[in-house]
Amino acid sequence: MNIENIKSQFPIFSKKINGKPLVYLDSSNSSQKPMCVINRLNDFYKNEFSNIGRSIHSLAINATNKFEETRISVKNFINASSREEIIFTKNGTEAINLVATTFGQQNIEKGDEIIITELEHHSNYVPWHFLRETRGAIIKFAPINEDGDIIIDRLKELITSKTKIVAVTHLSNVTGTIVPIKKIVEIAHKKNVPVLVDGCQSVPHIKVDVTDLDCDFYAFSAHKVYGPTGVGILYAKKKWLDRLPPYIGGGAMISEVKKDKIIYASLPEKYEAGTMPTAEVITFNESLKFVQSIGKDNLIKHEIEITNYALEKLRQINSIKIIGNPKNKAGVIAFTIKGIHPHDIATILDEDGVAIRAGHHCCQILHQKLNLTATARISIGVYNTKEDIDIFCKAIENCRKIFDLK
Amino acid sequence: MNLKQLYQDIILEHGKNPRNLRKTENFNKKAKGYNPLCGDKVHVYLKLNENKKVEDISFEGSGCAISMASASIMTELVRGRKENEIKDIIEDFLKMIKEKPELSSKNLKDDEKTKLMCFSGVKQYPMRVKCATLSWHTLTSAIADNNEEINTEKFD
Repeated sequence: MNIENIKSQFPIFSKKINGKPLVYLDSSNSSQKPMCVINRLNDFYKNEFSNIGRSIHSLAINATNKFEETRISVKNFINASSREEIIFTKNGTEAINLVATTFGQQNIEKGDEIIITELEHHSNYVPWHFLRETRGAIIKFAPINEDGDIIIDRLKELITSKTKIVAVTHLSNVTGTIVPIKKIVEIAHKKNVPVLVDGCQSVPHIKVDVTDLDCDFYAFSAHKVYGPTGVGILYAKKKWLDRLPPYIGGGAMISEVKKDKIIYASLPEKYEAGTMPTAEVITFNESLKFVQSIGKDNLIKHEIEITNYALEKLRQINSIKIIGNPKNKAGVIAFTIKGIHPHDIATILDEDGVAIRAGHHCCQILHQKLNLTATARISIGVYNTKEDIDIFCKAIENCRKIFDLK
Repeated sequence: MNLKQLYQDIILEHGKNPRNLRKTENFNKKAKGYNPLCGDKVHVYLKLNENKKVEDISFEGSGCAISMASASIMTELVRGRKENEIKDIIEDFLKMIKEKPELSSKNLKDDEKTKLMCFSGVKQYPMRVKCATLSWHTLTSAIADNNEEINTEKFD
């Protein structure tokens, strides 16, 4: 793979930030968009726009077909068994909320337990917290060790006859920990407990095969996979989607409406009420094609190379502490510099055109565990190069100079 | 606006060695402040005498250079002043941070104005404005004595 060629497909990199070339190291937050994706969105609005579903004119038929083509592409991308198992939502967060709400309504009673982990993003905690408030559920946190790996034996011990669901991230957006989902699913399933996986960080950066993982639910977003904002995806085993109640009510999710009775639509429409982000879902197909044109193996290899290079360079800088040292790590590196607050680091780096994230990264539980209020974080995307890392490290040196660190 | 103007020596110096970073003994007013954006927390302790004059002020907390320096310089300015003067200074400072080009409070001496103007650079960094204002909002709450935890999300 010619990486220069990849970067040139992202028009944003021809822009200057504060007069400097953009070094974008915030892909865990959201990825930049390649030209093919931008063009597709523009093209759809320009030449093909129509809502999908009921209308029978040509534009509507085309839009509906294209919308469903994305669904098939998503199904293939994560190796689901049928298109009915792919539900579009507005983001990954909504996909998790969909499960928490509908599963909770049907299966959670006072005193029932939900197991999550200390690595979770707030989007895989707050929706479950709602069930603690409304249904009296108990939330248990599977702990992590010093390296940032979930202690699997401890998670196993937490599962009791009261446990109704395990919800766990596939890839930490702070430590970069790749979580052994297959193992967790095996453990939970032995006790007949379903597993929801937050795959927002994993889908763009590692191989994801939901059939192989055997998880019950898998949630992610399009915008981190070089796609448009406004689209989330929920994969769920058909048996769950058949059994669970609908989430949002309205048009498109019904089959028949009478004064005394409503019959819901079949899958996947049962979970897609109202006008969907039509253009964005259709555009997302282009993002998946983009990733496939590079090849997931090539992408992973490249990102590992850049991540290892960054780790090596960072370790040479005095007073930098890298957060976590997990067994399997993806391209997410959170760090602190002794004597400089992460927000100061981010502001100073921005001046050099280097975009990083600083704060708690929506993981306050994890930061409390680590006894930190904030960390700085870089995250790698397919477009990043070793040169980006060199510029970043130089900017860190500048930062240390401003703060007069030895 | 460049970064040097934001991270001036005085901000860096106060940021590294904040003054009055402790807890006042026998304080009679206090307030907590929280900036959800970065998770920074600050406690402000005040000891007002019967004439509503600040005998001592201190703060506890941790944060970025801008928030620490802002709290530090604020405590230096406030000691020995009367409540109504302080309120006027707070108002003036918050206005300057947001939109006004200069400070105009008659309660501030010129050298004090110069010191506070160091923070004018944060205007260019909207995400950082709350770092500079957290301790000031918290001081307002302490003076009001309404036991309200300040949350910077609630301010512009």
